[in-house]
Amino acid sequence: MNYEISLMTTMAISVLFALSLNLITGFCGQISLGHAAFLGVGAYLAAMLAKAGVPFLATLPLAMLLAGAVGTVVGLTSLRVRADFLAITTMGVGFLFVGIVRQREWLGGELGIAGITGSNMSKLGFMLFTVLCAILVMALCVYLRRSWMGRVFNGIAEDEDTMRVLGINVPRYKLAAFAIGTALAGLTGALYAYHFQYIGPDSFGFVESITVLSMVVVGGIGSVVGVTVAAALLSALPAWFQFIGDYKLLVYGSLLFLMIRFVPDGMAGLVRRHLFKRRAEGGSK
Amino acid sequence: MSAMAISPTAMPLLEVDKVTVRFGGVLAIDDVSFTVERGDLLGLIGPNGAGKTTMLRAITGVVQPERGSVRLSGRPLDGMSIERRIRLGMALSQQLVKPFRDITVADNVALAAGYRKTLSPLRALLSLSRSEELRVAGELLERVGIARHGEDNPAVMPLGVLKRLEVARALALQPLLLLLDEPLAGLNSQEAESLATTISDINAQGVTIVLIEHNLGEVLRICKRLVVLDNGRKIAEGEPKSVMHLETVRAAYLGNGAGDERHNRQPRGGDDA
Repeated sequence: MNYEISLMTTMAISVLFALSLNLITGFCGQISLGHAAFLGVGAYLAAMLAKAGVPFLATLPLAMLLAGAVGTVVGLTSLRVRADFLAITTMGVGFLFVGIVRQREWLGGELGIAGITGSNMSKLGFMLFTVLCAILVMALCVYLRRSWMGRVFNGIAEDEDTMRVLGINVPRYKLAAFAIGTALAGLTGALYAYHFQYIGPDSFGFVESITVLSMVVVGGIGSVVGVTVAAALLSALPAWFQFIGDYKLLVYGSLLFLMIRFVPDGMAGLVRRHLFKRRAEGGSK
Repeated sequence: MSAMAISPTAMPLLEVDKVTVRFGGVLAIDDVSFTVERGDLLGLIGPNGAGKTTMLRAITGVVQPERGSVRLSGRPLDGMSIERRIRLGMALSQQLVKPFRDITVADNVALAAGYRKTLSPLRALLSLSRSEELRVAGELLERVGIARHGEDNPAVMPLGVLKRLEVARALALQPLLLLLDEPLAGLNSQEAESLATTISDINAQGVTIVLIEHNLGEVLRICKRLVVLDNGRKIAEGEPKSVMHLETVRAAYLGNGAGDERHNRQPRGGDDA
């Protein structure tokens, strides 16, 4: 039973992480290849605070705040560069984060931080709390999508120049997407630290950024339900098939490539097309 | 924006003051000045390459003039971003139509009509309802004559519908000043005439309009005043009929009577940016 609880917690954390990237990349169209860095910012802050004796519930908003602040600064680059260049820049930010963490003695250096105090909840309690967070963030995403902010994000993702002609302050909206998305990644990072009770620089590297991006792409860029399902399934894969753990970059990288090449709108797109086809057939009968 | 009281002062709505635009070594706009009064329907015309679209871009802020100033209701716009200028009461219907293709025609107009709700990200996040914007969108689609296409996807619509959509979307911003960049291009004569009439009606209802257009027949029919550009310079300004009778305008615009060096530029089509 312990194993299932732990797996469920891991899945919920992955869902949260993927939804946070989906907000930036899926909703607002700003690609990020360094999203794991914000997971790391949240995780490291939570780990340090937990070691200093700050209570669990107090560290979560602080982790969100710091990750969101760093994310907003990184988001500033999205005002200057677009598409491919933004991908490269955010990838650089990811490497920069790992590089810095490795060199800092007070952040545990290469060894990372071990023995992070738990959340004072039972394993089951923590799992329920994490799942609740995931459900709340899902609800937030669904709401956001339907709000005017979601409509503007959608327009920016398709054609930001035309949005400016419609009087939209595109830079502010992009920064808002980065702020919200990275703050949620910070929250996820804090939960990650409390769950695994050990963090190291390798937990937040390029492989993790690619993994989460492949979850978003497999689910269907922008689709809340699709991304949730894909993140839950893909995060459970390494638990079921041990060998995937050793070839993570290969597996998730190939998955990313194959999806973008053959099913660019992901599982959500497949389902949508299937339903549409059935409805069209039903209508013609 | 429309709520902004129209002050009774004699101040023109738009002032273009000695604007010069240079692209590298090329002088695209050379010291051009003109004003647009409230209620005007000004035709900005000239042969291809005269600098009309560049002039419009200097007004909207896409290009920065090297010298000179653009003022809206007396307020200098220099250095302001496009979106700020739009928020001050401008709207632009672009030459190349750019609808959002994954939402319907009506949704496109409603997106623009929600400009009050999208002023800041926070306000946008806290606003859900769209019924008012959809109602406005319905009215505007009716006004430009494509109400029956409201639920269609722009990706499969013909150019005639998209051109009107572009105008409806600009109108949804309730502008004081509407800038139209070749709204009639690509339409057949019947469509062009009906859209030109619509534009004239919109003007009659109080929207000041600057129109760039190659369809001279419609321009002469609906415009109240003309500014003629050639080679980046203003060569004439005034009543349409009298302007078109000026020898300099006939020479530049129609390419006859001014020597053969004008001739080789006439057949060029397409963008005059």
